[in-house]
Amino acid sequence: MHTDLIPNQRDTTAGLDALELAPVQRRTDLGRRVWRSAWPKLLAIALVILIWELVVLSGWKEAFVLPGPAAVFQDLGSLITTADFWAGVRLTMTRAVTGFALAVLIGTLVGAAVATIPPLRAAIGSLITGLQTMPSIMWFPLAILLFQLGEKAILFVVVIGAAPSVANGLISGIDYVPRTWLRVGQVLGMKGFAKYRHLILPASLPSFVSGLKQGWAFSWRSLMAGELLVIVPGAVSIGVRMQNARDLFESSLVISYIIVVLVIGIMIDLLFNLADTSLRKRWGLTDS
Amino acid sequence: MSVLTLDRVSKRYGSLLALDHVSLEVAPGEFVCLLGASGCGKSTLLSLVAGLDEISGGVLDIGGRRVSLMFQEAALFPWLSVRGNIELPLRLNGVGRAERRARAEDLLEIVRLREFGDKRPHELSGGMRQRVALARALAQEADILLMDEPFGALDAMTRDILHDELERIWREQSLTVLFVTHNVREAVRLGDRVILLSSRPGRVIEDFPVTSPRPRRIDSPEVSTQAAEITDKLRAEVARHAH
Repeated sequence: MHTDLIPNQRDTTAGLDALELAPVQRRTDLGRRVWRSAWPKLLAIALVILIWELVVLSGWKEAFVLPGPAAVFQDLGSLITTADFWAGVRLTMTRAVTGFALAVLIGTLVGAAVATIPPLRAAIGSLITGLQTMPSIMWFPLAILLFQLGEKAILFVVVIGAAPSVANGLISGIDYVPRTWLRVGQVLGMKGFAKYRHLILPASLPSFVSGLKQGWAFSWRSLMAGELLVIVPGAVSIGVRMQNARDLFESSLVISYIIVVLVIGIMIDLLFNLADTSLRKRWGLTDS
Repeated sequence: MSVLTLDRVSKRYGSLLALDHVSLEVAPGEFVCLLGASGCGKSTLLSLVAGLDEISGGVLDIGGRRVSLMFQEAALFPWLSVRGNIELPLRLNGVGRAERRARAEDLLEIVRLREFGDKRPHELSGGMRQRVALARALAQEADILLMDEPFGALDAMTRDILHDELERIWREQSLTVLFVTHNVREAVRLGDRVILLSSRPGRVIEDFPVTSPRPRRIDSPEVSTQAAEITDKLRAEVARHAH
C-alpha cells in the first residue's frame, strides 16, 4: 500500500536514535593495551639503570658509596624477603593512612564550611592556599615542641600538610558547579540541604578527587620527612631504617629504601588515577 | 479561563528595561510560541513565569499552578543514570522508591527511551538528551511547561523529529506550553498562536493565530506562507534598530 512508504513516527525516532549513537567499538584486548602503556615505562627504567651503571663504571665514586644496580637490586631482593622489612612498611603505611584519613576528615569539614559561609571564606580562604604552599618540613620544629618526639608530632605535620589540599579541592568543586546545573536545581525547587545532597556535593566530586590525590602526595612527603626527623623510640619505620642504613654507611640499603618509597608512591598514585579515570568515564568527561 | 495571565508585566534590570507592559493570556492546553529577535526578553519572560526572577511591574498570575522549565541545554546530571535524572524531581517531592521507579518507566516510555534508562547521559545523542530533559520536566507534574529554545542546538533532522514527538506528548498529556524560539518556522510548526515580541524593550507586537490543521509539517506550504508573513514583520522590527 502507498501509506506503507511513510514510516511511522515511532520508527523514525528510534531509527534516528540508533544512527546518532556511536557504534559500539570492539575494545582491543587487555594484553595489548597493557603492553602499549607499559613499554615506554619499561624502556625509561632500563635507561635509568643503564645510566646509573655507566656512572658507577666511570669510577666517579667508590663502589661502597655508590653501588651499581646489580648490587642494589640484590640487596633489595633479600631485604623484601625479611619479615622485619614488612613490619616497617606496615608501620609507615599505618601512619600514612591514619594521617591522610584525618586530613580528609578535617579538610572536608573546613572546606565545606569555608565554601558555604562567606565571612569564613573572607577570613581564612587565602590562608588555606597559603598553608598549601608551605613546605611541611617547616612545621617540624613547632610540632616537636608541641608534641615531643612522638607519633603525634608526625601526625600533626602529615595532617597540616594534606588537609589544605583536600579543603581547596572541595572549595573549588563547590565554586565551579556549572551555572546550567544550578539553574536546573532552581527549577526543580532544590533548597538548603537537598541542594547540597543532590546537586552541589555530587557536582564537586571530580575536583574533590583531585584534591584528595594532591593531599595524599603532600601527606606522603610530610610523612617521609617526619620519619627522618622524628625518631620515635621502638618504632622502626621505613624512614628510621633508611637513617640507620646511612649511619652504618650502607649505601646500597639507602638506595633500596628510596626505591621502596618511590614504588609505594607510584602505586598509590595509580589507585587515585584509577578512581579519577573511572569517575571521568562514568561522567563522560573522557573520550575513551 | 486561562492558566497563565500576564497583565502589563514589566521587568527592569537597573536602567535597562527588558520587558515593557507585556500582556498575554494562555488558555489551558494551549501551545503558545513566543518569537522575537535578540534582546526581546523572551528568556526573561520565562524566568519570570517560572518564578526564578521577580517582576518589576504589572500582574503575573499563574493561579498557584506548577511550572517547569526546559533549556537549550539538556543539563542532565552526569552522576545519575537517565532513569536517575528522571526520578530526581520525584525524589525531591518525597515520592517513594517503588512509585518513583514505576513513574520513571512511564516517562521513559512517553519519550520513547525505554531501553535507555540505565545509560548515562553522555552515552545519548543530543536529541535523546533533550527528550530525557523533557521527561524530567514532565516528572515535576507541572501544569505549565516552559521551553526556552529547547531544540536550538540540534540539527534540522533531529529537531524535525522532536517537533513531532513534542506535539504528540503535548496532546497526550494535555500540557500547556509556552515555547520560546527565534526560529519562525518552528514557531508556526508548533504553536496554536505565535506571539511576536519587539526588542529592547520587549513588547508584544502582534499575536498570530496559527490556523493550519495539525499535524503540520515544517516544510508544508501553509507553514511556509505564514512563516514568511511573520518573518516580514520580524525583519521590520529588527530594521527599526538600525538607526
